[in-house]
Formats: sequence, structure tokens, C-alpha cells
Amino acid sequence: MDSAFILEKSIFIVTIFAITMIMAMYSTWAERKVAAFLQDRVGPNRAGWGGLLQPLADGMKLFAKEEFEPDTKNRFLFFVGPAIAMSTALMTSAVIPWGDKLEIFGRTVYLQATDLDASLLYIFAILSVGVYGIMIGGWASNNKFSLMGAVRAASQMVSYEVAMGLSVIALIMMTGTLSLKEMSIQQAGMDWNVFYQPLGFLIFLICAFAETNRTPFDLAECETELIGGYHTEYSSMKMGFYLFAEYANMFISSTIIAVLYFGGYNYPGMQWMLDHVGVNTANIIGIGVLFIKICFFIFFYMWVRWTIPRFRYDQLMNLGWKILIPLSIANIIITGICILAFK
Amino acid sequence: MSVSIQSISLSGRKKQVSNKEMTFWERLYLVAIIKGLAITIKHFFRKKATIHYPEQVREFSPVYRGQHMLKRDELGRENCTACGLCALSCPAEAITMKAEERKPGEEMLYREEKYASIYEINMLRCIFCGLCEEACPKDAIYLTISKELVPSLYDREDFIFGKDKLVMPLEMAMRNAQLKNAN
Repeated sequence: MDSAFILEKSIFIVTIFAITMIMAMYSTWAERKVAAFLQDRVGPNRAGWGGLLQPLADGMKLFAKEEFEPDTKNRFLFFVGPAIAMSTALMTSAVIPWGDKLEIFGRTVYLQATDLDASLLYIFAILSVGVYGIMIGGWASNNKFSLMGAVRAASQMVSYEVAMGLSVIALIMMTGTLSLKEMSIQQAGMDWNVFYQPLGFLIFLICAFAETNRTPFDLAECETELIGGYHTEYSSMKMGFYLFAEYANMFISSTIIAVLYFGGYNYPGMQWMLDHVGVNTANIIGIGVLFIKICFFIFFYMWVRWTIPRFRYDQLMNLGWKILIPLSIANIIITGICILAFK
Repeated sequence: MSVSIQSISLSGRKKQVSNKEMTFWERLYLVAIIKGLAITIKHFFRKKATIHYPEQVREFSPVYRGQHMLKRDELGRENCTACGLCALSCPAEAITMKAEERKPGEEMLYREEKYASIYEINMLRCIFCGLCEEACPKDAIYLTISKELVPSLYDREDFIFGKDKLVMPLEMAMRNAQLKNAN
């Protein structure tokens, strides 16, 4: 391993980290702006042009706030909760192919931090650990509402992970790989997986909403019933970390949806661009296309938030266990039959 | 069309509801969700009702009662003679004043022989009912001319508006006089 390789990867990782942070920051701005527009308002528009400096102002406010701690025996866990939530939210981006490759100074730079051959499994593993951030934080808060929010979040995320995993199994059967890079390459041009796996995509999308605790599945932090859910007792930047982790999760899950089902960095005419214009231009456009797809899904999250009201908890469990899991199993069987029949 | 008590709809929006079983597609809710998404996205592109207040000001109706103004006549003299009827009629007891006799040489400042040396309105007490305007025998106080809202301030004391803020600016009186002469 030469030093140039280490340098290249370090720069890449720092860039990804920065981009994830910026995307999460501006998701908070976009959330408020989209919410306002969907409700015929204009949203934040005082800090900077169109309110673009609002996330900075919010961040500064959170840092300057008083750090309040409840009288709890589990001070360590109280600190660890937001840390786990934040780090798991950032860890998933390691295996995502942000683009194909760039040629800089005669070196071929692959736009992926690491090409694990089991990257999909890695993502699921990290996602499951993410529950602990919420659970530990809610439990250590020493507050009934926090605990209730944490319990709800935990059971919800565990239930929907099953359906999510099953819907992805159908995808894995079809593509024959667990590597996200391999999947991106298979979806060249407009050969996107969503056209072959529409049902799988729908199930995955619903589960992604549940996994990121977004409406209509935001039972873990429903204000009307649980004050703030698992982060009721948190203040200052620890609270900010939870909210930030949620937005980072939203960004990452949008990315995963885009990579798994919507062709990742592929766009129609990419091969022509590669042949006629050059590797770098074609791939930079590819990165841009991936980000457009991601932004669409982030917008979709917010769009759905102001369209569908929250589920009741029994409805949530019914949907998860009685509808989505049988559906995803049926999807696996249908996929298997199709593979046998057509390949 | 036959009109009976069952079918009449005064609002024109009457809808017959039923408890019939939902079909398979209705039970999926996907169609309903897509319809809902279409409705919300329509609002996304709709014109916003917001008025960006400090930059844009909502148009006032001609009879809008805003901040008070003590009027001057065409020669720029103050109309108020400090009779105290406005203070008497004020239901919120927001007005106080102190009368003073006009000295020789002040004829161009005050129209009558008596004038208000101090005239104060507590804008936190004022309910902008306009009774002072109705009570005034000299046409001195108006709430409809200024077309101004009372600004937001930080101290209670700042809300007691004296003559410096209430009396009509001299330029405005001169402009009014010019308009009158032109007509």
C-alpha cells in the first residue's frame, strides 16, 4: 500500500464526511422550506439569501445553549447515546459508490471509500446498531416518555428491518451480488433495478421510512403523545446530534435507495459520454446525477411527511408483520420463478 | 329536479356518505396516497399568501385606525386646544394632557388661545377605538391619516408617545395647504 493510496483515500473520506454533514445541515433547512411551501408559506428567509444561513444559525444556537443533564445514574450511557446515533449514521457512507472512477495525475481514483464484497450486509449491520443510539439514550434519560419513545423506536426498527432485509434478498437473487459497486455497474444506462423489482422497491421504500423514523412512522418522537420521544431530556448539541443523525440517516437511506434501485451514478447516454467526451467529465456528471436522485428522495421524504398522517402503533405493527413481510416473501418467490423462467 | 328536505344542500357541498366495504385497491391505500401527494405538491407551487412585513406592507383600508396624529391646519397651526374631551371619551384612559395659554407671538404655532403643552397617549393602553377622534370638536386628532402601525419597542416607557411623535409633520401640513390651494 503506497502513501499516495492512503492520501487519496483519506482525502476521499474527509470529502464524503464533509458532504454528508453539509447535506444533513441543509436537509434541516430544506425540511423547513419544503414544509413551508407545502403549507402555502415561505419558510425561513431572514438569515442569508432565502434563509441559506439558517442551518449555521441553528447550529450556533445549539452550541450556545445550556447543557442540561437529568439526574440519572447512567451518565456514561447518556453521553454514549447521541454518539452512537451520530457515528452509525456516518459509517454507512463508507461502502457507497459515489461515482465510477476519475483519472487524476495518471492515477485511477475509484469513487468509493472501500469496495467490500458484502457491502449490503455491512449497511444492514450498521443500520441495526443505529437502534442502540436511540435505545441507550432513551433508557439513560430516566424519563418515562423517553423510555416509551425508545421502546417504540426499537420495536419498530426491528420489525421493519425484517421486511427490508427480505425485500433486498429478492434484489440480491436478481443481481447475484452483495457489492454495491457491482450493482451500480449492472444498472448501466437506464437498466435500473426498479423496473425489475417494483414491489421490492415499494417495500424497501416503506421500510426506509420506518427505519429513519420519518412520518408516517415517527412514533418514536411523536410530539403529541411523547413530548419529544427518546430525546426529551436532551438539550444543547447532544440533542442536535440526535436530530443531525436523523437527517444524516435520511441522506444515507436516500443514497441507498438511489444506488440499489435507481441506477446509482448511471444515467442514459453515459457510455456515449465515456467514449466521446472523456472519463472525468462523464463520471463527474454521474456524481451530479446521483446527487440529483438523492435530493429527489430527500424531497420525497419531506413531501410524504406533510401528506400522510402518523400511524397508530397497532396499525404500524400490522403493516409491518402482517402485510409487508408476507408481501416480501411473495416477492422473493415471484423473483425466483422469473429467474428460473427467463434466465 | 325534485327538492326535498333529504336532498337539499345549502352549501352545495353536501356529500352522501356510506359504510360500504372497501374494494381491494381502496384497501391498499396506494391510490389514495398518490392522490394525497398530488394535492400537497399542488400547494408547493401555489402562490404564497405571506406578506413580507417590513419590506412589504399590507394595503390599509381608508378607514383603518392606526397611530394617532394631531392635525395642523393649512397655515401649519396646531388644531388642538386642550379641551380634554378626547381624554374624557377614551375608554382605556390612555390620553393625558396639560393645557397652556398661548403667548403673544405664538399665533402661527397654535390656532386657539389655549393649546396642549403636553399631550401623551399610552400606546399600550390605547385600543384604537377612535372615540377620541369622534369626540374632538376641533378636528385635531385622527387615527386614519398616519397609515402607520405603532412600532414594536423594548421598553414600556417608549410606548408613551408625546407630541414629538403625534403632531403632524410641518411638511405634511404644507403639502395639504398646497393641494387645497391648487383645487
